[in-house]
Amino acid sequence: MTRLAERRGELIDRTTPVTFGWRGEQVTGLAGDTIASALFDAGVRVFSRSFKYHRPRGLLCCAGQCPNCLVQVDGEPAVRACMTPAEPGMQVDPINAWPSLETDVLHAVGRATPSFGMQVGFYYKTFIRPRWAWKYYEKFLRSAAGLGKLDPAHRRTERFEKVHRHVDVLVIGGGESGLEAAIAAARDGRETALVDEGLALGGRLAFCGIAAAGRAADLVAQAEEAGVEILSPAWAGGVYEGKLVPVYQGNTMYRFRAGEIVVATGVVEQPLVFGRNDLPGVMLGSAARRLVNQFRIVPGERAVVVTADDLGIDAACDLAEAGMEVAAVADLRERDEDERLAMCGIEHLTGFAPVEARGRSEVTGLVVARGSERQTIQADTVVMSGGTVAQWGLLVQAGGSVRYDRSRRVYVPDRVPDGVRVAGEAVGTERAVPAQAEAAGGKQFVCYCEDVTTKDVHLSVSEGFASLELSKRYTTVTMGPCQGRMCHRNSGLLMARELGVDPDEERVGVTTARPPHNPTSFSLLAARGYEPEKRTAIHHWHAESGAKMLWAGDWKRPYDYGGAEDETAAVHESLGLIDVSTLGKMIVRGPEAAAFLERIYPNRYGDMKLARVRYGIVCGDDGSILDDGTVARLSETEYYVTTTSSGAGGMEQWFTWWNAVWGMDCQIVNVTSAIAAVNLAGPNARTALGKLTDFDLSNEAFPYLGAGHATIAGVPCLILRIGFVGELGYEIHYPTGAGEHLWGELMGAGEEYGVKPFGLEPQRVLRLEKMHVIIGQDTNAESQPLEAAMPWIVKLDKENDWIGRYSIEWYQRRGDRFALVGFEGQNGSVPKEGAQIIGAGGMPVGRVTSSRFSRRLGKSIGIAWLPAASSEEGTPITISDPSGATIPASVRRSAFYDPEGALLRS
Amino acid sequence: MSFLLECPNCGRRPVDEFSYGGEVTVRPRSSEDERALFGYLYFKENVAGAQREWWFHSSGCREWFQAERDTRSNEVLQTAPPGGLA
Repeated sequence: MTRLAERRGELIDRTTPVTFGWRGEQVTGLAGDTIASALFDAGVRVFSRSFKYHRPRGLLCCAGQCPNCLVQVDGEPAVRACMTPAEPGMQVDPINAWPSLETDVLHAVGRATPSFGMQVGFYYKTFIRPRWAWKYYEKFLRSAAGLGKLDPAHRRTERFEKVHRHVDVLVIGGGESGLEAAIAAARDGRETALVDEGLALGGRLAFCGIAAAGRAADLVAQAEEAGVEILSPAWAGGVYEGKLVPVYQGNTMYRFRAGEIVVATGVVEQPLVFGRNDLPGVMLGSAARRLVNQFRIVPGERAVVVTADDLGIDAACDLAEAGMEVAAVADLRERDEDERLAMCGIEHLTGFAPVEARGRSEVTGLVVARGSERQTIQADTVVMSGGTVAQWGLLVQAGGSVRYDRSRRVYVPDRVPDGVRVAGEAVGTERAVPAQAEAAGGKQFVCYCEDVTTKDVHLSVSEGFASLELSKRYTTVTMGPCQGRMCHRNSGLLMARELGVDPDEERVGVTTARPPHNPTSFSLLAARGYEPEKRTAIHHWHAESGAKMLWAGDWKRPYDYGGAEDETAAVHESLGLIDVSTLGKMIVRGPEAAAFLERIYPNRYGDMKLARVRYGIVCGDDGSILDDGTVARLSETEYYVTTTSSGAGGMEQWFTWWNAVWGMDCQIVNVTSAIAAVNLAGPNARTALGKLTDFDLSNEAFPYLGAGHATIAGVPCLILRIGFVGELGYEIHYPTGAGEHLWGELMGAGEEYGVKPFGLEPQRVLRLEKMHVIIGQDTNAESQPLEAAMPWIVKLDKENDWIGRYSIEWYQRRGDRFALVGFEGQNGSVPKEGAQIIGAGGMPVGRVTSSRFSRRLGKSIGIAWLPAASSEEGTPITISDPSGATIPASVRRSAFYDPEGALLRS
Repeated sequence: MSFLLECPNCGRRPVDEFSYGGEVTVRPRSSEDERALFGYLYFKENVAGAQREWWFHSSGCREWFQAERDTRSNEVLQTAPPGGLA
């Protein structure tokens, strides 16, 4: 079709055609077109099928408010065609229509069988019987409902971001008032941002002719000159506590914190309620004006306008000027004939209300009436303007309230909270909207999103849903994509009429405004957070050496280097090296450092000799085990503390919290990322390490549980002689900067012994052979040390108070109920971690927390919780594996491998 | 929850920079009074109104401080270093 002559305010670029796919066919529009305007220009009138009745629907608002033009674009469902620019190559498809937009089976069924009328409550009432049939009904109903299809195989390739922003003033709405407010604020020296959802700034100015477009351009230029940051098109998603406003623009979610918020969201033009008011060809006055003024498209050949205020008259003039025949303007108001209409030669039928639209799949005319006088006007376009409703949703979300203004018959802002202002027509227009007489004929839609008719509202009232909030939950009016923008006013008025009350009665009232204020894509809500993976200083060596990396808390760690069993064997037989840089590391230093640790740990640390290291657990005040690690005494006033990898952050908080309570004279410094750590373990550890240091590593000079400062390969190190993996071992802590250097030197020194790097999996097997507990795997939030086989570490005879002491004293008085023990599988099969241990009568009495097959020992081993009463050494137990197998096992109360610890001390 | 909290060291920041540490409580000094011990461990006051509580500025200075907050409105009445609430 041909467009109207070029004019100021149009959005299209006539020199650049844009071709995209619509239902598999090529459609060509112009750059600047929306999907909707390009399709309309190409002759498309039916854009979708309605939610419930599958009725054909065409363009209604052209402003992103109504559900009529929701389409599927490149696999993304529920895209608003009237707000989305047409782009070359995009594939657009209709939703909710089967087999096609023209012939929809569900619509045909609804027409042929009036009893299938699917009034409100239809689903609840119909598909409840017979009950067994629901599973069949459900399949059908699910495929019939919804706003598009998600492609489970679809993968998004774009990135979505979150950005934090702070401004003095955030103006929401870029119409005349919003722009003026932003200009004033910016000229006042305040940092100001303005958000507008429209395709063009200026609000109504953007689509109301040349003069208005000029005024809009002038205001935008002034705003830019004043330094207003303009985000457009962008959507304010809501107003949250602390004046937080999420703003969505493209693939970015801005989290705006504003000193002051200006709600300049303006008004939304309302539909009128009459028979078949949803036929394609029935559109709002603002929609018709957008087509004419922004896209230079004439909506049809002959129009009839029905209006409740002057906006309809403005629309009629625009259409006439665009060369369209305007048959008449039916005006709900009793008033003198409008001069502008007279000049254009348009008949002005005052005091006339719409009764019903004519037509089957597209509109062919409109019946209007004044009392008993009826007129049928032939037209292919019905333009309706039912007055406007202020958009106060964001104001209410910000903590404000609205009240009903009887004289104006609209809701207006009442209480406006501190730091929030309302500007422009959002305050409530002066234009009064006359009451609409009861219409007739055909379905009269109150809500386009959910196909709610006047009959449904009537029915819901007669069934006892006699308030708007209740009726909303039954009929789902205001709950669709428009979120009440197109239906709240009309449903409220209708409700009031049904109930015979004023619209401001409490039971009519308003529904609650909640975020999101606009349709929001899940991709934006799930935008990238700020939780990067943590890597150790030796990460690249692992990656280049074929390590299988896995998540361990926030860290990426090697699972193994391709041969877990060989790596395990290397540690037992010769030498292995593992990166344990992820361990939490803290320095506790100060005159009261020793006293502080005595209060934090159940174990003793005040009596420790210098250059020694001791194992310890940390308990909560309820006696539960929070974490474990080692504590080395470096001097009278300085301790080096390690924690589990995942517990590093939590333990720093825990330590500093208690010191905030006690105010002791010591400092706690988290050095986790400053210090790298590796564990060199195996029978050849001493000789290999000796090649790189002058430090005396002999068993006499540096025995088990020693801690010493040494220079290894030129790097200042702290060596802890501990044995998590059960062989002679040196845990070496050193500056992160030397991470790969020292690792490489140690691998070189171990080469002649066949040293192997080992990952987490071999370490899990090695520690299990020693029955060393992993906090969080073998224990949970209820585990306390007496039951978790660690009473030796709890010094109830310490003279001082310590965290968890009173609870553990209470547990000791109560006696143990459960016990954490080892077990050996009797037939070699390994139960799954989490498998249940069953007792008499097949009832579960315990569970497996760790299990592996130990090649070294040639048997299946594990750790499990059992009732304390049946946890003696050698007790036979029965494990019920999730695989269905039953595995006999027997209890072991000491380490499977080297129970005396002779190897560790050698 | 998106209110702002005044860290005594860093100033006003969004609440998601902080970790909540619970109500300010007083530890019992023995295990003899079980009622007092279990009350301290498991029963929170959970007041509807002004509450004194611990906060840790985990994405900032990593220091603990105390705040008095109205649990009904999330209005933060005052904040102070440990023990410094008025």
